[in-house]
Amino acid sequence: MKIKQISIFLENRKGRLYDVCSLLGTKNVNIRALNVAETESFGILRIVVDKPDAAVKSLGEAGIIARITDVIAVEVTDKPGGLAEILRVLADEDVNIEYMYGFVEKSSDKALMVFRFDDADKAAAILKRNNISIVNEQGVREL
Amino acid sequence: MIWNEEFECMPAAEMKKLQSERLKKLASYVYSNCPIYRDKFDKIGIKPDSIRTIDDIQKLPFTTKIDMRDNYPYGLFSADQKVVKEIHVSSGTTGNPTLVGYTKDDIKLWGEVMARSLACAGAEPGDTVQNAYGYGLFTGGLGVHYGALEMGLRVIPMSSGQTQRQLKIMQDFKPKLITCTPSYALYMAEEAKDMGIDPKNGNWKIGVFGAEPWTEKMRGEIEAAWNMLATDIYGLSEIIGPGVAQECPHKDGLHIYSDVFYPEIIDPDSGEPVKEGQDGELVITTLTKQAIPLIRYRTRDVVSIQYEKCKCGRTSPRISKIKGRTDDMIVVRGINVFPSQIEHVLLGIDGTEPHYQIIVDRQQHQLDEVEVLVEVNSKIFSDEVKKLEALKRKIQKEISVVLSISAKISLVEPKTIERSMGKAKRVIDKRQM
Repeated sequence: MKIKQISIFLENRKGRLYDVCSLLGTKNVNIRALNVAETESFGILRIVVDKPDAAVKSLGEAGIIARITDVIAVEVTDKPGGLAEILRVLADEDVNIEYMYGFVEKSSDKALMVFRFDDADKAAAILKRNNISIVNEQGVREL
Repeated sequence: MIWNEEFECMPAAEMKKLQSERLKKLASYVYSNCPIYRDKFDKIGIKPDSIRTIDDIQKLPFTTKIDMRDNYPYGLFSADQKVVKEIHVSSGTTGNPTLVGYTKDDIKLWGEVMARSLACAGAEPGDTVQNAYGYGLFTGGLGVHYGALEMGLRVIPMSSGQTQRQLKIMQDFKPKLITCTPSYALYMAEEAKDMGIDPKNGNWKIGVFGAEPWTEKMRGEIEAAWNMLATDIYGLSEIIGPGVAQECPHKDGLHIYSDVFYPEIIDPDSGEPVKEGQDGELVITTLTKQAIPLIRYRTRDVVSIQYEKCKCGRTSPRISKIKGRTDDMIVVRGINVFPSQIEHVLLGIDGTEPHYQIIVDRQQHQLDEVEVLVEVNSKIFSDEVKKLEALKRKIQKEISVVLSISAKISLVEPKTIERSMGKAKRVIDKRQM
């Protein structure tokens, strides 16, 4: 149900994002989804990749602070109101979204969004109950 | 004017006799009243009656800030708390702050030495002084206040901050003297210009600036900006607060009141005296204090001393401006900051490691700013911005509780803090003084 997101601490310094992406490239890790949260002095890079464990290991060896966070990849119908429909379900069920962002690729005719919830298991159950489809690790690798 | 000619202009031989008498009394006073000093004396096998002249002071043990911390709060006091009339607290190196106390006579002494200082800077009874040193636990505000009362000045007890109001009051009540930290004097001048006030035009003639080290270049800037004489005052709460030494208008060293605060300049490593005129650590013995008299207190301030009579007529020895420290203390907006205090704060916050660096900066004519870089580790890192922001706020708050300064906290990547010779460089002082 849940997929692994890698969260990486980045100082606001020139070239830091490049350093991380280039390291992952040399390790043959492919980035599927990416988001950067920025503050005045630092940023948090969040990525979904095809080989999360290998990625965390390489980052750790390079002295980069990274951790794995459970997130949920939700299929969103690619039409007006598609995302709103999912958000309505979450609001009705009182599920709080910490943050969300989109995948680079689409799965079939649907868009893929990453959601970070406080309680991923509870959110996944609610989404399923409401017939909203979730993509698993396998699905992410096969994109 | 010379406030107390008898003591400030005393011939050397007579002064030595007075100091010797006072030191003898002091040695026996602390030995009888302060168990910590009795232990210190006993440990090196010295009895008060082996002190006969002031030169015997070298037989006595040093006192350090560590002694004050380890014996917090009352261990180094020689008087009962019942006769202590006022206490002041400043920052310690870690954990415990530094506590000092004053008997009624100590407060009188404080007023006396501050009156000498204000007079030495050029004040006359009847003048008005705007006192912009902080009132409260910090000794600056009240020390100047007592001295001003003693010499019969009109005091505006303004305290620090509130710059616009400060300037308005200055224009309305026309003080001849202004007392504050030198960096605040420059900052105020800048603010005055922004308010459309020309700081050159006013009744003010004399500034008594201290509580932080400053340079001749800053003196030049202050004197030009305010069209006033800028004098340097020295003091530290352990000895009494402000009023330990003060420059006269000749600006050739700070007159130290050696009849009550006996100075020695030593090599900080060997503890041996250095030659006259050479740089060394200033060590002070409070010859007449009652509540918490200190013997050979290591100030950690590096100065040189000269004993030659000054053109102003005073025979009191003169110390140079502070040339440095023998420890890692820095002074930020007049507040003493030890890197170890920041370390202590970080160790007290779950998950943080004491990997930090302090950057102190001061833009031209602005106040000091402190930034603390803290290395992020996997324990404190979160994928959520709000958690990291909350951590920053927590560190900031704890630092503010311990140090009373508002520091900017920046989270940095691990191992980005420069380590020189395996030891991290804790303080980067970028201030242009």
